[in-house]
Amino acid sequence: MSGAPSIIVPRGRRPQRLSMARVGIYLFLLISAAFFLLPLYVMVVTSLKDMGEIRLGNIFALPQHLTAAPWVTAWGSACQGLNCDGMAGAFWNSVKITVPSVALSVLLGAINGYALSFWRFRGAEFLFVVLLVGAFIPLQVFIYPLVRITSAVGLFGTLPGVILLHVCFSLPLMTLLFRNFYGAIPLELFKAARVDGARFWSIFLYVMLPVSVPMIVVALLIQITGTWNDFILGLVFAGNDNRPVTVLLNNVVNSQFGEKQYNVNMAATILSALVPLVLYFVSGRWFVRGITAGALKG
Amino acid sequence: MNAIEVRGAEVSYGAHRVLSALDLDVGQGEFLVLLGASGCGKSTLLNAIAGLIDLSDGEIWIDGRNVTWEEPVDRKIGMVFQSYALYPRMSVEQNMSFGLRMARVERAEIDRRVARAAEILRLGELLKRRPAELSGGQRQRVAIGRALVRDVSVFLFDEPLSNLDAKLRTELRVEIKKLHQDLGNTMIYVTHDQVEAMTLADRIAVMRDGRIEQLASPEEIYSRPVNRFVAGFVGSPGMNFLPARLERTGDGLTAKGEGVRAALPATALGPAPRDGQPVKIGVRPEHFVLGAAAAGMALAATLEVDVIENMGADRYAWGHIGACPVAARVPLGLALAAGETVAVGVPGELVALFDADSGVRLTS
Repeated sequence: MSGAPSIIVPRGRRPQRLSMARVGIYLFLLISAAFFLLPLYVMVVTSLKDMGEIRLGNIFALPQHLTAAPWVTAWGSACQGLNCDGMAGAFWNSVKITVPSVALSVLLGAINGYALSFWRFRGAEFLFVVLLVGAFIPLQVFIYPLVRITSAVGLFGTLPGVILLHVCFSLPLMTLLFRNFYGAIPLELFKAARVDGARFWSIFLYVMLPVSVPMIVVALLIQITGTWNDFILGLVFAGNDNRPVTVLLNNVVNSQFGEKQYNVNMAATILSALVPLVLYFVSGRWFVRGITAGALKG
Repeated sequence: MNAIEVRGAEVSYGAHRVLSALDLDVGQGEFLVLLGASGCGKSTLLNAIAGLIDLSDGEIWIDGRNVTWEEPVDRKIGMVFQSYALYPRMSVEQNMSFGLRMARVERAEIDRRVARAAEILRLGELLKRRPAELSGGQRQRVAIGRALVRDVSVFLFDEPLSNLDAKLRTELRVEIKKLHQDLGNTMIYVTHDQVEAMTLADRIAVMRDGRIEQLASPEEIYSRPVNRFVAGFVGSPGMNFLPARLERTGDGLTAKGEGVRAALPATALGPAPRDGQPVKIGVRPEHFVLGAAAAGMALAATLEVDVIENMGADRYAWGHIGACPVAARVPLGLALAAGETVAVGVPGELVALFDADSGVRLTS
């Protein structure tokens, strides 16, 4: 049917752009958004007030006198116990733990998933089941044996020790993710590379890695967030010199000399949550794309 | 020396046997088509020749070398897949040169070979494009180019045209045929499409249940199928099979069924027939003679027409002889309508008899 208007009129009323139901949905969404944003709002405004203003108790009020002092204190000289070095050191500790842990776990997860999907060796299915079981056992169960093991090999309380544990505990999930991703890639692509003379590593490097970019981004996001937010491994295994922000934040907030420094605590909390927060804002698009992208187009 | 020899090849997954004791010789420069329904083992056989599936038993020889346990890349084979299987993040040029780069061939030599393949396959302007920017036909040509640059002795095609639309399929079929004529390489081609098989092949291997039912030229497969399965698989519409019983009559034989009667000389049958032996009379739809011209032919029957199907160049009458459904080609100019009854006949040399139980062809 082309341009000319049809004399046949569709029955029924044309659906309206803005119906009552629509308005209701938007209203509900707005309220939900406000509900979830409120704590963040309180944190931000409180961190920008001085203690005088906080004592008035209007936690929703905007700051009268903007001040960055709590942030400076939180970063540089907040106290945990008698030690007043601020969050800075712990922030860098978290970076030192997160970067190698994430890099290793994503890389090893990709290799595992690749091997399990394409190089079907004897017992591959069994190994995969074992890995899956590993993904579902709560970490806390392993704490005591792991303390004994790491101290026996001299890794307890060291940076490599805590990184190793992060990698170990991430591998089941990473392997599962990548195996499913590679499982959706046509086997013929792998066969073509074998006919072309590529071996285990060259197929991985030249054929599989380039098509895995969306999956790698998602894996990075999951891992960075998870590792950065970890508390228990950092608390138990990192040792005094390598405490991550999460552990330090807990110490700072719980250290009290006289009046509670709400503004400093709020600033410290935001600082410790900053990395995952920024990551989600920056990579939201990628995150969605990674989840929705099946495997290959065309 | 044969290009490829398969000796007693077996492939099993647990108790399930995909290929059983299969033997196959492919001559130098021959175009062999493996034809069969899905699950018949034709792709498994091709993958085994390529070295992508390990044999449970048996041997594979290529160009006089036992390659049974060699890696695919060492077998001097190139393979073209149904899904094209191009490397998505590489350009056409990189796709074609990947194998050479893996083999650490010199840059200048790579460029020379890619340029030559691009010329043969008319991919010149597309070299910098990504696979996603190509049409289905272009992708398939790149996949062929990937094998071409590696200077392989055998091309293996795994249903390469199944993902294309009908028009493009016909075009590429002709291109592959032409490529074979120009290059002269040995080619093995897997398909379930009998038209592709008939048009491309020097010889066709019709497969079923992991075995080769018949290995012969397209003409032979069409006109002298060894059994009912092969007879029914090739041809469109398929061969008609009418149930009948054999009777000796004087110096000849008669196959009699419901509404059909075929008189054949005694010499028509290879093995000596038993009296009353149940058989199937096999007649291709295009071999029926309809109307007055049918008089006096070796096979005589009466066809009741249910439907007339117009295919453009041809018309087919779908109906039944006795209770048995039958298709017959209607010659141009013959007026025939649904609901009519028409006399049909077939000359003796075009009547085939198959054993009703084993399906083996009885006529020589």
